[in-house]
Amino acid sequence: MLTADIFRIEPGKILLERDLEKKTAMMQYLAQECRVDVMDIIHQKGTGHWGGAASAAELLVALYFHILNINQQEPRWPDRDRLIISKGHASCMIYTVLAKRGFFPFAEMDTFRQLNSRLQGHPCMNKVPGVEMSTGALGHGMSVTLGMALAAKVQNKNFWSYVLIGDGDLNEGQTWEGIMSAAKFKPERFVALVDYNKVQLDGPSEEIMPLDPLPEKFSAFGWNVPPRLYNGHRVSEILESFDWIQEQERWPVVVIYKTHKGRGVSFMEDNYKWHGSPVDDDTYASARPELLQTLSALKEEL
Amino acid sequence: MKTVAQPVALRDAFGKTLVDLAGEIPELVVLDADVASSTKTAAFGQDFPERFFNVGVAEANMVDIGAGLATCGLKPVVSTFALFLTLKGADQIRNTICYNRLPVVLAGGYGGLSDSYDGASHQAIIDLALMRAMPEMTVYVPADATEVRPALEWALRHDGPTYIRLCRNPTPILFAEEPTLEFGKIRKLRDGSDITIGVCGIPTFMALEAAEKLETGGIKVDLLEIPCLKPLDTETLVDSVAKTGKVLTVEEHNIIGGLGSAVAEALGKEKPSIMGFVGIEDRFTESGDYDDLLAKYGLSVRAIVKKAKQLLKT
Repeated sequence: MLTADIFRIEPGKILLERDLEKKTAMMQYLAQECRVDVMDIIHQKGTGHWGGAASAAELLVALYFHILNINQQEPRWPDRDRLIISKGHASCMIYTVLAKRGFFPFAEMDTFRQLNSRLQGHPCMNKVPGVEMSTGALGHGMSVTLGMALAAKVQNKNFWSYVLIGDGDLNEGQTWEGIMSAAKFKPERFVALVDYNKVQLDGPSEEIMPLDPLPEKFSAFGWNVPPRLYNGHRVSEILESFDWIQEQERWPVVVIYKTHKGRGVSFMEDNYKWHGSPVDDDTYASARPELLQTLSALKEEL
Repeated sequence: MKTVAQPVALRDAFGKTLVDLAGEIPELVVLDADVASSTKTAAFGQDFPERFFNVGVAEANMVDIGAGLATCGLKPVVSTFALFLTLKGADQIRNTICYNRLPVVLAGGYGGLSDSYDGASHQAIIDLALMRAMPEMTVYVPADATEVRPALEWALRHDGPTYIRLCRNPTPILFAEEPTLEFGKIRKLRDGSDITIGVCGIPTFMALEAAEKLETGGIKVDLLEIPCLKPLDTETLVDSVAKTGKVLTVEEHNIIGGLGSAVAEALGKEKPSIMGFVGIEDRFTESGDYDDLLAKYGLSVRAIVKKAKQLLKT
């Protein structure tokens, strides 16, 4: 399943790398490598969501390869950090990153969205190791993750509970119920990460359901919001945001990342039409070289 | 069977049981949606504030918070009015709790018409249909206060979701305190060979009286209390119907989707039989005194006797 035409970074080496600068470059490369794989899979299978998957590549790689205290040998280890990916339509990227992180063999990506596969269209926690919660129907992540953070409090545990949400999640009323109640219960180590690409299925968020001013909304709801937005496509900035998170003592915390839906392919970026459309042969032929060009540039940084 | 004890509300039995089980089950946590004083979870909240979460009037959020707690090994009891829990929380119950087979106990307070004065907007007569349609869900409807504790104890040990429907008002105690019954089994209340009456929940006391009345007219009722709608004890049901050939179901629910449907689905496969249905005839109800309301919308001893006689003529 893994194409042989590109240089592939060994995921295990990233985990072992002690030099943070080198590791950052490796993760930046891996995120782009994942984009190439996701493009290949979505094209080959004729189904899957490119836009939201491409948007979350760096965030997911940084989380799974640097931030989260997890063990792929023991996916249900009770003290692990939790990451709930509420935007379940990014499944192809989620699976790709989980496979590279060692939760299951990458070869299984060949079964993505096919009958009898564990790799459902949207992730199912009881089928795929590493998936903490089945998501797909939007709006669930905030509440579920809050429940996990409250469980840590009840059980006197120190694990972190992260929820990754997108624009669509922020359309759902339940997300705002969760936002309100998180500010009531204020569990420690509860963090919302917003993959804020400002594009939805039917069009730009500004047209479909305006969300701005988003940081001010979170502040008004009682959340601890950093003074700036972070670039969700630069691993170095993502790591900076986590340095900031580590310093916080007021909960809950939210970090908003500026991202681009469909990131990596010029004619797909910020274009709602590539939310979930199948990638046909012609499109693939023009899209893939763009991804490879960036990948080559990133290789120079390694 | 005579009812001797004072009537007890299922919600009171529920509230007391939560407090009683708190020590024995340290993983027990309780969530409510701003109706804790009504559903009677407030006592648990007072005694165990660190294990109690009042999430405000936000049922969807509450159900998913419960799901999150359950993934970490806690045993959440999620409580609010039955209609709002099952309807406003339906997506969360299906896509989070049932899809992931999470051990969450959903306690539907003020079930059936028991939120009587609040009217149709609050009366839960579709909750059983909704919960039955959820894969992995166990659906349990206690008939009196003595059935609440064993149901909760079972549900808190069960490795999957359970819906338990409760009632607001004091209702007759029908059974001895000590449960002698295996969870989920049908309880045979009378032996008879003319007609099977299957009943769940509060109307069980009416069905008992109706069966006595029918007996005086020479009609012998095989009376089954069916507290567990899903999974259904099909074996006991089929044994009864093999003998009687005719079944009347009695429930405080829309006649679409509840006990009658569960029985019809089972018998349709195993033993097709002539059936009658006592319940709310697919319409909206209204405000009023609980007993009067039940009677007006088709749930009374008289209605059961009448339907049973009609069924015997077919």
